[in-house]
Amino acid sequence: MRLLKLVPDNTNIGFVKLRHWAFGITLLLSIGALVLCGVRGLNLGVDFVGGLMVEAQFPGKAPMDDLRNRIDDLHLGEVALQQFGQASTVQIRLPMPHSNDEGATNALVGKVEKTMRAAYPGVRFNRVDTVSGKVSGELIQKGVLAVFLAIFGIALFGIFRFEWQFGVATFVSILHDVLMTLGFFALTRLQFDLNIVAAVLTIIGYSINDKIVIDDRIRENLRKYRQMPLGELIDLSVNETLPRTVMTSLTIILALASLLLFGGHVLRGFTAAMILGVIVGTYSSIYVSSSLLITLGLEKSRIRQMAEASEKKKTGREQAERMAPRP
Amino acid sequence: MLDFPRWKIASIIGVLLIGILLAVPSLMPESTAKQIGLGGMPRINMGLDLAGGSQILLEADTADVAKTRVSNMVDKVRDVMRDSTPAIAIGDISTANGALSFFVRDPTRVDAAVEQIRTLTSPVGSTGTRDWDVQVVDSTRIVMTPTKGGISQFVDNAMEGATDIVRKRIDALGTKEPTIIRQGTDRILVQVPGLADPQQLKALIGKTAKLEFKLVDVSADPAKVAAGQAPIGDQILRYAPGQPQAGTPVAVHRRAIITGTDLASAKQDYDQNGQAVVNISFKSQGARSFAQVTQQNVGKPFAIILDNQVLSAPRIDEPILGGTASISGSFTPQSAQDLAIALQSGALPIALKTVEERTVGPGLGQDSIHAGIIASAIAVALVVAFMFLTYGRFGVYANMAVIINVFVILGAMALLNATLTLPGIAGFVLTIGTAVDANVLINERIREERRRGRGVVQSVELGYKEASRTIFEANVTHAIAAAIMLVLGSGPIKGFAVVLLLGIATSVFTAVTFTRMMVALWLRRHRPQAIHI
Repeated sequence: MRLLKLVPDNTNIGFVKLRHWAFGITLLLSIGALVLCGVRGLNLGVDFVGGLMVEAQFPGKAPMDDLRNRIDDLHLGEVALQQFGQASTVQIRLPMPHSNDEGATNALVGKVEKTMRAAYPGVRFNRVDTVSGKVSGELIQKGVLAVFLAIFGIALFGIFRFEWQFGVATFVSILHDVLMTLGFFALTRLQFDLNIVAAVLTIIGYSINDKIVIDDRIRENLRKYRQMPLGELIDLSVNETLPRTVMTSLTIILALASLLLFGGHVLRGFTAAMILGVIVGTYSSIYVSSSLLITLGLEKSRIRQMAEASEKKKTGREQAERMAPRP
Repeated sequence: MLDFPRWKIASIIGVLLIGILLAVPSLMPESTAKQIGLGGMPRINMGLDLAGGSQILLEADTADVAKTRVSNMVDKVRDVMRDSTPAIAIGDISTANGALSFFVRDPTRVDAAVEQIRTLTSPVGSTGTRDWDVQVVDSTRIVMTPTKGGISQFVDNAMEGATDIVRKRIDALGTKEPTIIRQGTDRILVQVPGLADPQQLKALIGKTAKLEFKLVDVSADPAKVAAGQAPIGDQILRYAPGQPQAGTPVAVHRRAIITGTDLASAKQDYDQNGQAVVNISFKSQGARSFAQVTQQNVGKPFAIILDNQVLSAPRIDEPILGGTASISGSFTPQSAQDLAIALQSGALPIALKTVEERTVGPGLGQDSIHAGIIASAIAVALVVAFMFLTYGRFGVYANMAVIINVFVILGAMALLNATLTLPGIAGFVLTIGTAVDANVLINERIREERRRGRGVVQSVELGYKEASRTIFEANVTHAIAAAIMLVLGSGPIKGFAVVLLLGIATSVFTAVTFTRMMVALWLRRHRPQAIHI
């Protein structure tokens, strides 16, 4: 049996040469994602804006327009309807009632459910979420904090474990990955909820994983080939690890794709985010983070280090000579 | 590389077997596990998003605490001043601006008054501060302010009590395996699996259930009462919504004849007209004082007050000596039952309100489990096929590792009594994808070393050695992200993080140690000159 080889042996692609193009495209895409987030905004779920959410599942396709009319007739304030994950599932978002009374939210949900049960026999209520403004505010804070802690924590690890340039390069490309994910959610208007924060954190974890593998190889080759120009050395390292990068990304995408197709509608946004993250993360590992090392001046610090090392040797020898008894 | 002593092989297989065995009970329904005698073994819990059920986050109304403390202090101050010998005359008690202030009529008694007030305060922790700050202003006015430390100590104690009471009330409902945990300083998280309609639960646990019997002040001027002005020593309360006289003000004496703490029991029952009522009986001490007060006040009405709202104000026709009473107030059998449970469990020492509520219907949970299992199975099949096609024999070893890993994670989750959530299932699928990464790294490295012309055994040895460092570093960073999720995430996300973290730990063992053993055993037996990788 012939075994599968996704990347042929001795592949040598000049990634470093392409870096100015890659940086330009990355920068444009990142700015585009930021603008999208600013202009279109994220479709935040009740987790982050507070309010009431009732998810209903119809036996067939959800009758959106009819349902909208019926719920508008109840005059409950600003109501939003949205298909969620599949055509038969609808999320109905309602504002929190102003009253402080414990029974008010119950009454509101009861009213909606009663109206729908009467109009559509066979409708099933999957979920009811009520999140107060205070709690949703905390969830936003915690979510943002978690993402930042993850990025900084891992960048710090990179700095301690390698040179500072590795930490910074990783930090920049992870930021890009996160921005792209946010941009994707702004573009598609998929609901951004607590689960998506978990997806973003996982993307960060995965993307770093990818970069560490390449960084590790660069470090190894720096020791092995002391005379090789940095650009060539980075290309060599990226190409050497390319089979692994492609292979791993593909297995993960295979696993995620089965989750996307068969894992049920609740996880659809979560999985979509993750698949995008794997693609973006793999791109930034290959094209951005390693080439960025040149821009950040790893070459100079490498030369300086080598010089320092030989300097040390020299002064050591001089000292030894001085200490030695004169003939 | 080839040196694998027998004890090492035995312990690797032993650890994996234990992990797999631990997973077994969780893979069957609880009843089946009990039947075959595995009922005592740890199981994985299903999260609410899979099992269906309700989750309610309750928050204490701490803003109210200072106010309540100040108003509760008024009576205590009056009592202690009256009871001191000789009595200290005070006047002009006010509770404005979150502080209690009054003036002492005899300037020479101010010091004595302060001393008496001191007995009402108590120290907070071991810091030397007290729960009330007492100051003398303008030489005759005493101002008492509740301190921050005192309030937080009160909230802490109150939450402790409230958690207990919430637990008692939910247990009284007879629901299955509820979880009630205190969260942070002022929150309680309640999870009830299998409960599709949390309305009753919320109505029950949200009720403070402070019961008081107070005499109605019949001498109060009706015009002033209607305007909301209470005579000295009285307070104006209104009839509860739902009662025939809803909203009508009543003047009652501040001092309660009897309160909920004197209750011995509360039960739902029906009166002679078939109307639902709650029958209560008092403890002996309370029964005695109730008998005494009713004896002295025959012909006068008293108010039955629940959470500062009047339910009814029956007239005392004859002294009530038996220590029992019946509360009526337009109840349905259900609401009477709820009130009986609430009264029986005691009043909440602090008002609680719902700040977050999530309910998952049983249908969705079932669908999610079903979809999750199918997706995981397909993911495993795809990854296994892909690995086999790419690495041949080495792929088979990696596949064995991945499949064993799934069971070991389940076993570890059962051991830790962890909760499996829907994102947790996603974590599984993702772990299947990432677990093979270690083997991809190793196998690619072996391929590289072979290309460089190294021998079989040396290539394999180098592959494992060089890749191990990278695998370690990659997993540490991954674990950092997962740990952050575990600490900062809530509910379902915590479930996801648990699976990721366990997956990282176990996959290093299965993907590196286990496959290495398999490869070594194969190499030792066959001594191949070339490998197909």
